[in-house]
Formats: sequence, C-alpha cells, structure tokens
Amino acid sequence: MTAIEDRPTEAPEREVGKARRRKEDARLITGRTTWTDNMVLPGMLHLAVVRSPVAHGKITGIDVSAAQEAPGVIAVLTGRDVAEEQGSIPCAWPVTPDMVNPGHPSIAVDEVNHVGEAVAVIVARSKAAAQDAVELVDVDYDLLPAVLDMEEAVADGAQLTHDHLESNRSFHFVFDGGEAGTGADTDQAFADAEVVVSRRFVQQRLIPAFMEPRSVVVQPQGDNYTMWSSTQVPHILRIMLAMVTGVPEHKLRVVAPDVGGGFGGKLQVTPEEVISLLVARRLGKPVKWTETRSESLMTAHHGRDQIQYIDVAADREGNVKGLRCRILADMGAYLRLVSPGVPVLGAFMFNGIYKFPAYRFECDGIFTNKTPTDAYRGAGRPEATFAVERIMDELAVELDMDPLELRRKNWIRAEEFPFTSVAGMTYDSGDYETATQKALELIGYDELRAEQRRRRESDDPVQLGIGVSTFTEMCGLAPSRVLGSLSYGAGGWEHASIRMLPTGKVEVVSGATPHGQGHETAWSQLVADRLGVPFEDIEVLHGDTSVSPRGLDTYGSRSLVVGGAAVVNAAEKVVAKARRVAAHVLEASEDDLDFSGGKFSVRGTPGAEVSIQEIALATFAAHNFPEGMEPSIDADATFDPENFSFPHGTHICAMEVDTETGMAKIRKYACVDDVGTIVNPLIVEGQIHGGLAQGIAQAMFEEAVYDADGNLTTGSFVDYLVPSAADLPHFDTGNTVHEAPGNPIGAKGVGEAGTIASTPAVVNAALDAVRHLGVSDIRMPLTPERVWRALHQGGDGGDRATAGTNAWGGAQTETTAGVSTPQSALGGDR
Amino acid sequence: MIPAAFEYARPTSVDEALQAIAEGGDDVKVLAGGQSLIPVMRLRLAAPETVVDLSRVAELRGVRDDGDALVIGAMTTHHDVMTDPLVQQYAPLIAEATETVADRQVRARGTFGGALVHADPAGDLPAVALALDAEFVIAGPEGRRTVPAAEFFVDYLTTALEEGELLVEIRVPKLAGEWGMRYEKFNRVAQAWSIVAVAAVVRRENGHIAEARIGLTNMGTTPLRASAVEAALAGAEASPETIAAAARSAAEGTSPTSDLNAQADYREHLVQVLTRRAVTAAAGL
Amino acid sequence: MTQINVRVDGVTYTDDVEPRTLLVHYLREQLGKVGTVIGCDTSNCGACTVHLDGAAVKSCTVLAVQADGGEVTTIEGLAPNGGLHPMQKAFHEMHGLQCGYCTPGMIMASVDLLKENPDPSDSEVREGIEGNLCRCTGYQNIVRAVQQAAGEMRTAGNGHTSPAEVDTAAAPHVAAQQ
Repeated sequence: MTAIEDRPTEAPEREVGKARRRKEDARLITGRTTWTDNMVLPGMLHLAVVRSPVAHGKITGIDVSAAQEAPGVIAVLTGRDVAEEQGSIPCAWPVTPDMVNPGHPSIAVDEVNHVGEAVAVIVARSKAAAQDAVELVDVDYDLLPAVLDMEEAVADGAQLTHDHLESNRSFHFVFDGGEAGTGADTDQAFADAEVVVSRRFVQQRLIPAFMEPRSVVVQPQGDNYTMWSSTQVPHILRIMLAMVTGVPEHKLRVVAPDVGGGFGGKLQVTPEEVISLLVARRLGKPVKWTETRSESLMTAHHGRDQIQYIDVAADREGNVKGLRCRILADMGAYLRLVSPGVPVLGAFMFNGIYKFPAYRFECDGIFTNKTPTDAYRGAGRPEATFAVERIMDELAVELDMDPLELRRKNWIRAEEFPFTSVAGMTYDSGDYETATQKALELIGYDELRAEQRRRRESDDPVQLGIGVSTFTEMCGLAPSRVLGSLSYGAGGWEHASIRMLPTGKVEVVSGATPHGQGHETAWSQLVADRLGVPFEDIEVLHGDTSVSPRGLDTYGSRSLVVGGAAVVNAAEKVVAKARRVAAHVLEASEDDLDFSGGKFSVRGTPGAEVSIQEIALATFAAHNFPEGMEPSIDADATFDPENFSFPHGTHICAMEVDTETGMAKIRKYACVDDVGTIVNPLIVEGQIHGGLAQGIAQAMFEEAVYDADGNLTTGSFVDYLVPSAADLPHFDTGNTVHEAPGNPIGAKGVGEAGTIASTPAVVNAALDAVRHLGVSDIRMPLTPERVWRALHQGGDGGDRATAGTNAWGGAQTETTAGVSTPQSALGGDR
Repeated sequence: MIPAAFEYARPTSVDEALQAIAEGGDDVKVLAGGQSLIPVMRLRLAAPETVVDLSRVAELRGVRDDGDALVIGAMTTHHDVMTDPLVQQYAPLIAEATETVADRQVRARGTFGGALVHADPAGDLPAVALALDAEFVIAGPEGRRTVPAAEFFVDYLTTALEEGELLVEIRVPKLAGEWGMRYEKFNRVAQAWSIVAVAAVVRRENGHIAEARIGLTNMGTTPLRASAVEAALAGAEASPETIAAAARSAAEGTSPTSDLNAQADYREHLVQVLTRRAVTAAAGL
Repeated sequence: MTQINVRVDGVTYTDDVEPRTLLVHYLREQLGKVGTVIGCDTSNCGACTVHLDGAAVKSCTVLAVQADGGEVTTIEGLAPNGGLHPMQKAFHEMHGLQCGYCTPGMIMASVDLLKENPDPSDSEVREGIEGNLCRCTGYQNIVRAVQQAAGEMRTAGNGHTSPAEVDTAAAPHVAAQQ
C-alpha cells in the first residue's frame, strides 16, 4: 500500500446532528453580556412614561408644570407635543380589504383606550428623577364606558371601544373550503351528519413575559440615528420606524444586542421605540427607556384571547364529516404590527391532522379597551390546535370511542404525504402513527390506564387522567407569495451572506435575529459541513442593520427553515466560486475537482489539493486569479420557501386531580416530535422543553385578568403566574425524523412545537381524570378553584374573581391597576 | 422601579431604634428584612418619610431557651429560625411553616418578627403564632409590654403595635412530647402566598385528642383560630371520622376574601379539607 | 447621600449612595457590574440574585446601604481569575440556558443551594430554585446542570474552577441524531 492510500478516506464527521454545546453561552454564564439596558452613553437622558390609569376616557387636560420644574427634569412631552410627528404605530397585516384600523398614536392625544396607554413622557438626567416626576403630571380624564367583553362587544347596541368607529369589529375574515375548492360544502356536511358536537372554548389572554424587560437606547449623530432595542425584529423595526417617523431609512441603524427572550412579545414596533426616537431627535441627546416588570405586563402586547365556537360533524362510526369554527379574536384597543394576522394564521390549522371533507372558518377581530394583542409563541396555531384536539376528545365521548382510536381513524396516513388539507395546505411529510406509538411507550400508557382504573374503582380522592394531543403546525414563515395572498405587508424570505476572511476564518451574516435560540451555534454547524472548515473557525453575525443589512428576523419557527436555508445556499455559492479559483490554482479543470472536508483535490492526481481556507488567502492576495473573475469568493443568498413546513408530534399528559381541593398536578409528560432534520439535538430538546413549559403554563397557571373597570389585576409576577421549576414536571421527549422537502436542510422548525401541542394534552388529561364525575369542560387556566367548581357545581369552572391577591397589597398600585371604583376589586390599600 | 426618597436611620440598639422612630417624622417605616417593604416601596405603594433599618440591632437576633418558652428575636431571619435546633425541637410547626415562605433568597433576608408585624393575612407565620399561643414582647417609649397572639393581630396589615413601638421578641411556649403539629399550605405555585393554610397543634392522650389549637391563614383580614373545631376535638376520640366531622366547622366565624386565586365560598370549602388533613397529620394518624 | 464601604467581587469600594438606591442599581450603575440584571419589581423572578455575606439574596430587594460593610459576590466574581465555576460550566454543558437573562441569578441561587445541600435530588433542586424564574428552558436542563455541578463539586471541592474558555464539544448525554 502506498502512503497516499493510507490516508483516511472516510468522510469527515458531520456537524449537523451533533449535540454541540452553544457558542453563545460563554458571555451569558459569566455576565459579560450586552443587554440594551447595560448601555451608557455620554450625556444620556432617561425616559419615564406617564400612563393612563383609566381604560377609556377623553383627555381634558394635562398639567405638566410641576413635573417640568422637578429636579433633574429636562423636558416633559405630551401627545399634543408630538402629534404632528409621531404618526401611527403600524399594522402590517390588513387581513381583509375593509379591515378597520382606528390608528394608534404612540402617545395618546385626545383619548385613551386602555389602562397603561402612554399620555406623556418625562425626560430627565437620571432614571430616578424621571420616575419621581411621573407622579407630578396631572391628567384630567372624562371617563367613557370601557368595553371589556368580546361577546358583549359584538351585541347590538354595544358600547364602543373607539367613539369614532361604527362598531367594535375590525374585520370579518372567512375561509370556506367549499368556496376555495379545497373541500365540500360545510353546511351540507352538517345537514347530513349523524352526529354533531358543538362547544365554546375560551383561549384566555396571556402575556409573553420574556425575562428581559424591554429597553431602548437611541443615539443621534447629526441626522443619523442608532437605536439599540431589545427587539426580535431589528430589520422590520428599522423599516417601520422610517415609515412612521419620517427619519429616512438610510439614516437609521437598528441594533438588537443580546436579547433576553421574546416569544413573539418583542415582534413589535412599540410606542416606546417611537417615543425614544422622537425625543432623541428633538433634543439631540442620547436617551434610554427601560421598562419595569409591572409596566411590561401592563403595556407590552398580550397574546391569545379568543372565544371559539367549534362544531364538528361525524358519522356514528367516527368518520369526521365537517368542521365549522367561528372565532372572536380580541385585538385589544389597537392594531399592532400583526395583531389581525394572528388569528388568521390559525385559519389554516383548525383542521389539524385530520381528513375533514368540509371546513369553514370565520373570524371576527374585536376591539376592546385592553392592551393590544399580537404574536405570542405559536401565534394562531396554539388556538387552532387546542380547538381541534379538544373537540376530538368531545366527539370521542359522544361516540363512546377511545380518543386515540378516533384520531387514528381520521388522521392522514404516512403513505398519503404530501397531503393537501381541506384548508388548502400541502402537508410535507410525517408519520403520525409512529410518533404516537413511541409516545405511548415513552409514557407507559398501559400502566397509567391500569392505575386510572384502580383509582376509579376505589373512588380514590385523587383521580388520574390521560390526555393526548396529536398536532401539526405550519412553520417556516413564510412563502412570500402566500403572504401576499393574505395581504401581509412584507415577504417571508431570509437573507444570508458568507465572508471568507484572509486567515481562513469565516463570517456568516444572518438576517434572522436570535434572542436565545442558538443561531450562532447551529449556523456554524451548517456552514462547517458545507465549507468543510472547523466549527470553531466560524463566527455568526446578526442583529445589526449595518452588519446584516437584509433580513426579516426571527419568529414563527422560521430561522433555521428559512434563514438556515439561506446560509446553506450562500455556502454553496462560496464553494462554487472557490472551485473556480481552485481549478486555476491547481491547473485543473473544475470538472476534475472533488470537494470534501474543506479541500479541493484533483481526481487521479494524489497530492494535488488546496483547502478552501487557502483559497480565501489567495483571493485576498488576488495575485494569481482566474481570468475575468472578480477577486472574491464571498457570497449572498436569499431564500424564499415554496411552502411552509409541517412539524408534527404526539404529546401525552398524565394528570392527577385531587377531587377534594381541585388541585391538578402533572404526574408525567411525554412527547415525540417530528421537526424534520435535527441540526443540533441539544438545542432541539431545549426548544421543546421551553415550549412545553409555556404551553403547560397556559393550561394551568397563566391568565391576564381585567377587572370591571379595565384594570389589569395580574399586573405583577405575584398574580401573573409564570411557573417555577417546582411547578413543572420532568419531560420525557423523543423524536421521529421525516425530512422537510422544502428546504436544503430538511428541517421543519421547532420553536413553537412544544407550546402548540401541550396545552390541549394537559386539559384533555384533567378532563379525563374527572369526566366520569360529570365534568365535560374546565376553563383555562385550570385553577384549583375552577376544577373544584366544575366537579361540585357543574359548568366549566366559571369566571375568577378579578381582585389581585390580598398578599401585602403589593400586586396592586395606582400605577399597575389604575383607578378603583366599587366594581374594581383592588387587593391592597385596605 | 425605584423607591421614593426617604431619610435613613440605622440604629444599633433597641433604645436607639425607638429614638429613631420617635424622631423620624409622621411616616416612619421600620425595615426588618425588607422582603415585603422594599417591593411595596418600589411600587410606591408606600413612600415613608423615614426608614429605620434594624439590621444592625444585634440584640434582636437569635433564638434562646427561657425555661418553658423559646424566645425568638424579632430580627431572626427565616433561614435562621427554620434551621435552629431549639425551634426544631420545641416548635417544629414554625420550622415547617417557615420552610414554605417564599423562596430561599427571601428566607435569607426576611425575618420572623417582620413577617408577624406585617400581619399579612396570606402570610404563614401569623396563624402559626396564633396556634402556638405565642406572646409578643413590644418595646416602646414607656418600656416593654407583652401581648398575647390572640390580641396582637387587629386588622388587615394592622397589629396591636402603637405608634413609636417596636416588636422585639416573640415568646413561644415549648411544646414537645405528646404534642403533634402540622402546617397544611395550599397555593398554586411554589413561591406564592397561601390561598388558605391551616396550622394545627394537637395534644394526644390515650387515643384521644386532649387539646387542639388550630390557626387559619387567609380566612379573614387577620389570622383566625378555628374555635368550633377546637371545641369539637377537645377530648374526642382520635379517629379519622371524628376529625373529619369536627373539621366541617372550620369555616365558622371566618370571613375570607374573594380574589384571583379563590372566591370566598371556595376558601370556606378548602379550609375544611385542609383542617382535616392538618389535624389528622398532627394527631399522628 | 450615605457613604458605604462594600467589597464586591474582591474589590473594596467607598461610595456615596442615596438611601433609596437598591443594591442592584448600585452594582449596575455605579460599579458597572451589569452581569447582574433586573427582571421584576416584586422580588419574584430572582434574576438579580447575588451573594451578600455568603447568602443568596435578591439584590433588587436589598438597599445598597444595607450592604455597607458587607461582601458581595456577583456572577462576575463567582470564579476567580476569569475562570469558570463548576456551576457556570455545568449550565453550559447541560444547555441550562437559552436567552441567558435569568442565568446569572439562577447560577448564584444554585451555588447557594449546594452549600446547604451538596447532593440534591431532582425535586430538591426544583424547590431550591423556586425563587428564580426562567421563561426559556422549562427548567429540566437547569436541574441537570445543578446536579452535574453538585457531582463535580463533591469530587473536586468547592474552590475548583475551570479555564474560562467554554468547550463547545458535543454533549455526551444527548444522542447525536442521524
């Protein structure tokens, strides 16, 4: 054997699929981070926002004189002061041609429409001085009736959220499978049905509750402005700020430094971002605004909040025949960036994984005098999945069938992919049966069912229930042509570029802006495989519009599926360019070159090889370059997907319910998800865990509650219950892998799966525990009180009292809860 | 948020503290562990003129044995109370309840006396002090006085402390041997306050319950004793049936609030279940 | 203004502060210790957890004047000489963080827990960090991390630190896919 033949011939170890620990961690575990609020600039002024304590009222007077004279205060600006320049907070998604948008001033001018709306801004030399002066601004309001209940809001003669509008309805969106040609006539399907089950489900209002409160810093430099913001969407923010404020787009740079979570809650153009820019422009000084947690809970956009009227039609054998969904979706007081689009995204998912022959979806977007709603993890799809997975259980009860058997009978079979659903979506790949089988094994289904029987037979005060959710979702937002057909204001592509540095290191620039997901690690893995360079030699840049000039940011489980695909395509272009240089350097034909492990070698000529990193140096020198080729092997790529991707999975929850107290406690949770190709199993597992925590929290803990006057009574973490480690179970997770055909990675997206799937599994489990005791529904969150009421008084557990906890009164202050009347139940100050 | 500005005093003895309180103006707040006061000040629910910080008053810290009673200094932290061997031996109910207070960081700063003086109806320790028939030693400009627990809690966040006075120590009768104790706390998430909780102290004799003292958390504006249950249990047979029957009157004389976590009727139900469980456990059944 | 002397991460500072200044604001704004962050205003989230005189406290619920004469350790001073404390290393290795905002407080609380319970069970860890909220991880990998660090600290001793460079090698406890 020759020495050459002795060289290892096996392919280099693939990075994709490796559980790489994250590059991002080094700064995060040592406190060497760049949160926006860390930033200090010379001469920086601090903002504090004066907010409305009333849900609905005319502003009849604002006296800022005392605040203006307070120590350290530089300026106080009201809505009137900025009325000409503040424009309207943009809504990029007019879901119907006649959608009503009332306009959304960043600082209220004449009228306030929810508690917490900005009415003035204090600019001061210190944060404390700004805060102190807030209390000195005296605002007079003429109170107007507050619209707080969606069902009342659509009734005849309802009070109006906005005086100048004709109704509380923003839009009426319809998707009808019969009309679209994707299904049969829905009314006919129901008329012919042997069994119809109808339910009203409530998707309570939630708060994204990212851990890092929002923060904005703006630095003016001549007529240029740099904004640092704790945002998910620096690129979208830049465009929108330019449109809203008139600061030209090319004079504005937006940076998202380390961002402490978003979950859709930082997918926004906020009033405070606009205000900060306006103040910096007016005063020519750098400014900072950082919110408090109570301010965040009250004024950062909320999520969910739907009332769902769901009808399912079937025959006696359990074959589904039709699905009809009528949705009331609470927009809150104003339309924010994608408020109307959130429920509309759900329109294509209510049918889930089932072969409904007929389907009709109608949604009304409703205004109320509450904080606006917008994207929250899952955005439209958790609502849809909840409805279909809950109604399938109800249908199973009606038919006296096993809920899994009913699902099996109706779901799409593995051999039927790709499958075009009744909502017109082409589901790409998957195998629901295999995922379900694995999940059943993971949780120990048969043993749990046996224990459930024993507990029922012995009339144990603690009953056991098992709930299933077999879900799919649409990820990878989004094909631009589809967004266009839904009237969204932008495309859904993503951009990447790769820069080959002279020393052989690689810069990957991504337009997808992470806030905890681990893009830097995963993108490095993608590029390491494609370029054959070491993982450690790759740096991923993002989140600064002057560094990554083109991008559409991170939301909707799109980063890997769309942004990662752009990275891969850019890498392929780099290799193609480098191949031409390699051929020139090696004096060979491009066709005779092999590229493997980062090296080009000439087939049949041992030893004739050059690495792509050497080519990077040769390109820098450009001394000896192919004729007519520009001296660069860098490349850009923009990827626009043809289709969404459709992760799926089976989630199973085992729940103990103490029938004496109503306390529900998760005993076991197992899930098997198919998210396509797994680039990094460590990150995928983490995304599933985190998603589960939020989906379970919706089922069991969290709810934004307003009292009769429109005060948010869950205005602090005392009453808005984000679960701790002690409140959540251990998760048993697994995967199946069916590659997504729509992108070069084969990934489907994982950011939202856990949240979307888990909520109905938990509620189905609680109901399964107590169904034999006469309970057929319990409203979320499953508070012990609601479970107890459903058990002992019937119904769904009903409304909760709206007062915050009486503990130390700290949950309720004038700032968090606004003004009180006899109807509003203030907890403290007694 | 940042608290409103205030004057700050840091005495090193009880006498200095009393003087600082006297000189602090109209609105003086005493800062013990600060775990309730500081959040309330941050939210600007409270904006005192003067804050008197007791953290350097060494004489207010620690647990000592005083014959038939334990004496717990008002400034003893929750952590130090629950890990104290005397408390664990003679008043394990206090250790058990203190372990459920908030979280370890809060327990490292928060104090036994501070929690009692704060008199939060959802706080755990007032009902425990009530069930244990603790006594409160109060220092004031006129000297010291002792108030029994039954008279200490006056109203929502209000105690028998007069203006200018300071709680210095709490005397807890030693209970051991035939006494059993249990704190049954009910809340939705781990670090939350009690929705309802029951502190049960039971002395058994020959298969009977000789005496039961039951304190209720968050069943009114102050901690309450479940007197009807206590009366029904006195001298009764220590059986699950007897206890269950007695526990049915646990809501008698209570006036719980309605809030996000529970409406009044549900609290009235919960207190019966929790009383049954607490007494059953305390009775060693 | 009140003058305080406080030792933070091994350095002694003498500063004038307003009595209302919270310890966390003093650390962040006067000392530039921005590794410690603020997540709420009701002492619920624990993001601001530091060690004060050897015990974990929420620095948003302590006045800076109360730390006068005291010794504070923040995430930035947890490991000497820029190394990594076993807890920091374990959070990285077990993927116990995503956005990282809760991480400094979570690490400081976990280190404090192990001082009292060097070998905690799953539920003991969960209860031990009940005062720290994380919105990203679902906590499972945090529990794993705390238990791993506990194991390492039991064998190597408390003072053990690792080099500052994080090792991005694949995590052995998660099976590689495909």
